[in-house]
Amino acid sequence: MKLVKITINNKTLEVPSDWTIMQAADSANIEIPRLCFVKDINETSACRICVVEIEGIKSLKNSCTVKVADGMKVKTNTERVKKAVRNNLELLAANHHFECWRCPREHNCEFLHLLRRYNVPNEMGEDPFHERKAVISNITDALVLDSSKCILCGRCISACEKLAGTAVLNFNERGFVTFVGPAMNHPLDDAGCIYCGKCIQYCPTGALKEKDDVDLVLDLLEKGEHFVVVQTAPAVRAALGEEFNYEIGTNVEGKMFRALHDLGFNDITDTNFAADVTILEEGHEFVERLKKHLANEPTPLPMFTSCSPGWIRYIEIYYPEFLDHLSTCKSPQQMQGALIKHYYAKKLNIPVEKIRVVSIMPCIAKKAEAKLPQMEVDGIRDVDYVLTTRELARMIKRRGIDFHKLEPLTPSSPMASYTGAGAIFGATGGVMEAALRTVKEQLENKPFDLTALAGLRGVDDGIKEVEVEVTGLKLTVAVVHGTKNVPEMLRRVKENPGKYVFIEIMACTGGCVNGGGQPVISADTLSRIDVRSERSKALYDIDDHAKTRKSHENKEVKNLYDTFLKHPGSHLSHHLLHTSYKARSFYTKDPVK
Amino acid sequence: MTKEQLLKIRKKASEKLLMSKLPHAYRVAIGMATCGVTAGAQPVYDEFVAEVKKRHLNDVFVASVGCVGECALEPLVEVTDNQGVVTTYCKVKPEDVEKIIENHLVNGRIVEDLLPSKFKKGGSSDANARQGRIALRNCGIINPEDLEEYIARDGYLALAKALTEMTPEGVIEEVKKSNLRGRGGGGFPTGLKWSLAARNKGGQHYLICNADEGDPGAFMDRSVLEGDPFGVIEAMTIAGYAISASQGYIYVRAEYPLAVTRINKAIEKAYEVGLLGDNIFGSGFHFDLETRLGAGAFVCGEETALMASIEGERGLPRNKPPFPADEGLWKKPTIINNVETFANIAPIILKGADWFNTIGTEKSRGTKVFALGGKINNTGLLEIPMGTTLREVIYDIGGGIPNGRAFKAVQTGGPSGGCLTAQHLDTPIEYDTLVNLGSMMGSGGMIVMDDTNCMVDVARFFLEFTVDESCGKCIPCREGTKRMLELLEKITKGKADLKDLQTLEDLANSIKDSALCGLGQTAPNPVLSTLNNFRDEYLAHVVDKKCPAGVCKDLIQYYITDKCIGCGRCKRGCPVGAITGENKKIHVIDHNICIKCGACKVACPVGAIITA
Repeated sequence: MKLVKITINNKTLEVPSDWTIMQAADSANIEIPRLCFVKDINETSACRICVVEIEGIKSLKNSCTVKVADGMKVKTNTERVKKAVRNNLELLAANHHFECWRCPREHNCEFLHLLRRYNVPNEMGEDPFHERKAVISNITDALVLDSSKCILCGRCISACEKLAGTAVLNFNERGFVTFVGPAMNHPLDDAGCIYCGKCIQYCPTGALKEKDDVDLVLDLLEKGEHFVVVQTAPAVRAALGEEFNYEIGTNVEGKMFRALHDLGFNDITDTNFAADVTILEEGHEFVERLKKHLANEPTPLPMFTSCSPGWIRYIEIYYPEFLDHLSTCKSPQQMQGALIKHYYAKKLNIPVEKIRVVSIMPCIAKKAEAKLPQMEVDGIRDVDYVLTTRELARMIKRRGIDFHKLEPLTPSSPMASYTGAGAIFGATGGVMEAALRTVKEQLENKPFDLTALAGLRGVDDGIKEVEVEVTGLKLTVAVVHGTKNVPEMLRRVKENPGKYVFIEIMACTGGCVNGGGQPVISADTLSRIDVRSERSKALYDIDDHAKTRKSHENKEVKNLYDTFLKHPGSHLSHHLLHTSYKARSFYTKDPVK
Repeated sequence: MTKEQLLKIRKKASEKLLMSKLPHAYRVAIGMATCGVTAGAQPVYDEFVAEVKKRHLNDVFVASVGCVGECALEPLVEVTDNQGVVTTYCKVKPEDVEKIIENHLVNGRIVEDLLPSKFKKGGSSDANARQGRIALRNCGIINPEDLEEYIARDGYLALAKALTEMTPEGVIEEVKKSNLRGRGGGGFPTGLKWSLAARNKGGQHYLICNADEGDPGAFMDRSVLEGDPFGVIEAMTIAGYAISASQGYIYVRAEYPLAVTRINKAIEKAYEVGLLGDNIFGSGFHFDLETRLGAGAFVCGEETALMASIEGERGLPRNKPPFPADEGLWKKPTIINNVETFANIAPIILKGADWFNTIGTEKSRGTKVFALGGKINNTGLLEIPMGTTLREVIYDIGGGIPNGRAFKAVQTGGPSGGCLTAQHLDTPIEYDTLVNLGSMMGSGGMIVMDDTNCMVDVARFFLEFTVDESCGKCIPCREGTKRMLELLEKITKGKADLKDLQTLEDLANSIKDSALCGLGQTAPNPVLSTLNNFRDEYLAHVVDKKCPAGVCKDLIQYYITDKCIGCGRCKRGCPVGAITGENKKIHVIDHNICIKCGACKVACPVGAIITA
């Protein structure tokens, strides 16, 4: 690319001609504030916070999308620019519902950050603290949209369209009364939303958030009427630390368990255990289907993984014709819940009615999943409460626990034991890698060389295809992350019958490490660091250092089968650990008035 | 169609239109644009058709034509004889039709009491005002749905010339030389704009006609589309050829049903005879044209929002650059011109840039169409050479202010423009002079105000419009105009202080400086311009808590002066019983009861009721 010379605040820079002014400024550490801009996701030049003065141009220009030109003279620090930025922030403030102490983004609100930095007065409007009407849409079990905190930057809209591929959200009405929501203000649970929470991750304020159950769980723990068992998903430990200023990608597993202990949970288990169980159940199911397929019996192949409830909701809504391809396995969260209640309870000798299961998940969709009618066994719910990683952090903060000072804890429960295979469930490609480790070894009856699986890891490609050799057969498997990529994958499946045998699909790009329930990272940081890779590294690091790295070698899992389930795919397994799906439609209800 | 065929049609159609072989013939043209139809032209037209048929007047041709211009005098009927002598009848009712036919068409006697002079309150004669029209050359003269009548008036000669004698570069060069500037408001040189798109060689190019006219009180584009749709289609075909666009769109608001119908009929007709589609005039040039209806959002008149709307997206503007000429509709090079700009193209190509350069001023060539409204005697549509002064427009053409009141200001450029005052009356109307005075040419809305208009209230009205029409995308416009409106309301209620006035001005400047699109950047103009020209009036509201024009209800009281003759009409007109007084004695208003509706003032026959 051709280089051009520009000056920013009298500093001369030589930058590629296809750069934006903002890129050039960033490269020279010249700070430009921003609010609506998220690189590659939302480049709409709407907020007018990143405005700069360009010599020869009458009005101020946004630096996020305007490209540099040779000889361009830019000023970012003049009174005129500062005044415009402050004015625009004040206008936003005049129409924002400030109740920061109750806001999930109290500690990392991008809007509040700017208000502080520019020392913005809040004197406009008739009621400067509660101007914007609270139009709270909390009809779903998972996601809450609070318009009173919305600054209409449009980042959620773009994230929904460009990452989830669902385009559920958009602006309704116009001008001062504009609000974000599903088309024509349809209720969120009836608008094709899959609860992946990409909108939350890209919201600069607290307008989009999970349905907060912190109070319920704190009450549960305080009352002490139940034996409360907690489970933590693989990806939580790779991100929780960020809420306490640890570097992105720090594994805080030990501190996390100690915090859960200090919060008063009666027993601590690890969803990684159920991940190992999943491999055995799903692996068994896959082998059965593959055998039928090889015997030319009709069977739905490729088989799709079923761990990601966002993906499950996606296929139920958008591609129900593929439902029989889904593995019937419940997600690890639900398996763990069912096993705690129907297996572990007996071991602990506690009546099942006394037990409550709380799961800590990197996910929004898990909240809705736990509430699905079929997620129970013999009238007993698998999981009672689902908290996101963020909610756990909030709980720790609210209880005044100093996270940094916590001594690591290793839980003693057998249901907290896991292998490296269970740990990597949280990263894209992890489930497939874990499954192949077990399936290949079991089918070939010889130890499997772990280095043989290349091409399943990494976040760069939304669809990864890998050819693996099992018992001399060449099989194509695929890994998809981000529902945005699902239509393309399904197109390939349709056009190549018989080619693919097994496909891992995760709703979120990067897998669960980048789930909608994970700590929210500012747009600015997102443009510099690939959070997905950093958090994944923590999980692969656990795997690298694990004593056992294949699910079928987990002693406690073996024990589970030997003493209880008998074998994968057994009648009891099906009763406890498998489920069914149904096609869903949307826009069936009337719009909210 | 070939050029020879065109010329043949032209000869025949021209004879027909001018009735040159029929010494006793008359053409009766009835103004049937939206303005005419609203005023009741349809039954007049029907009556003419029926009556002419009944009387077997074979040499009388009744035609439905576009807007004649003098909207205040509609329904208008123009009778033309075969010598070209035109007689205009005003405010014609169906019952007048027989009289006109009997006296004028049968016996050659003009019906005096329907002539404009009987109705007009000053202003020059209509016929003079229509000299030198370019954009409106056919409006009110031809039947807009009749292609042959269009051809009779030199229609499609320009396209034939462009396609058969000129290169695309030659066309652009001619338009450049003409110094034609965009008539939509900004005044960007049209030829230069075209060359920017043509510079992007190869690939799909698009051409768009912006007919999303939305300024309050403006109806120039509507009149052109209703009165001369072929003029726009021909020009677009020429422009398409110049920038090598094979597809054009006319983006017209759905609230203009008659314009939409006429333009669609005209497009259909043009396809039928080969003036759209493949191989036009045997040149190998292909051009498709279709209409796209806007749903009425003002912001969709902004070119990038308009393109988003055509693409099926929410009508939101996007940042420029990239400009549409580089990245427009579906990211392809696109030229967007306004209706009136296109209406100038065919005459420029046909008569040449040199001819065009003889009209107007050095920096603003040609003419401009204005929709004159507000406190003016002759409301209507006019086309004047650039450089005409406001005084000429308001007093000579517009006939001055009704009821002998004093001229106070004129708002040009609609909600994006500003006001000009009495001291600017002798300013020539040009793009740059208007901008220098804090207003703008705009698309041509011209609203005249007299001393009964409160300028703060006027600014509030325009802000209300902008707040309502802001798309909501960028913060300054969405949030800022709303706060400005709140401050203006505070001022008109007498609750504001000097700090509020300062905040208003700061806010206005900040919005102007940082808003995303043209709509937002110009939204504060009505406020800034009234602050600039009528600061005293603002101060009167803020400091003295008075509304000098007597408009802002919260700041005025109604009083009955000793002019009162005690007739009791005010008392009977008062809806809340606030007025007391005996017969033939001076009446009194109880200010505790008075709701300041003004009904008494209207009812008083002697002007004894005043506001203060």
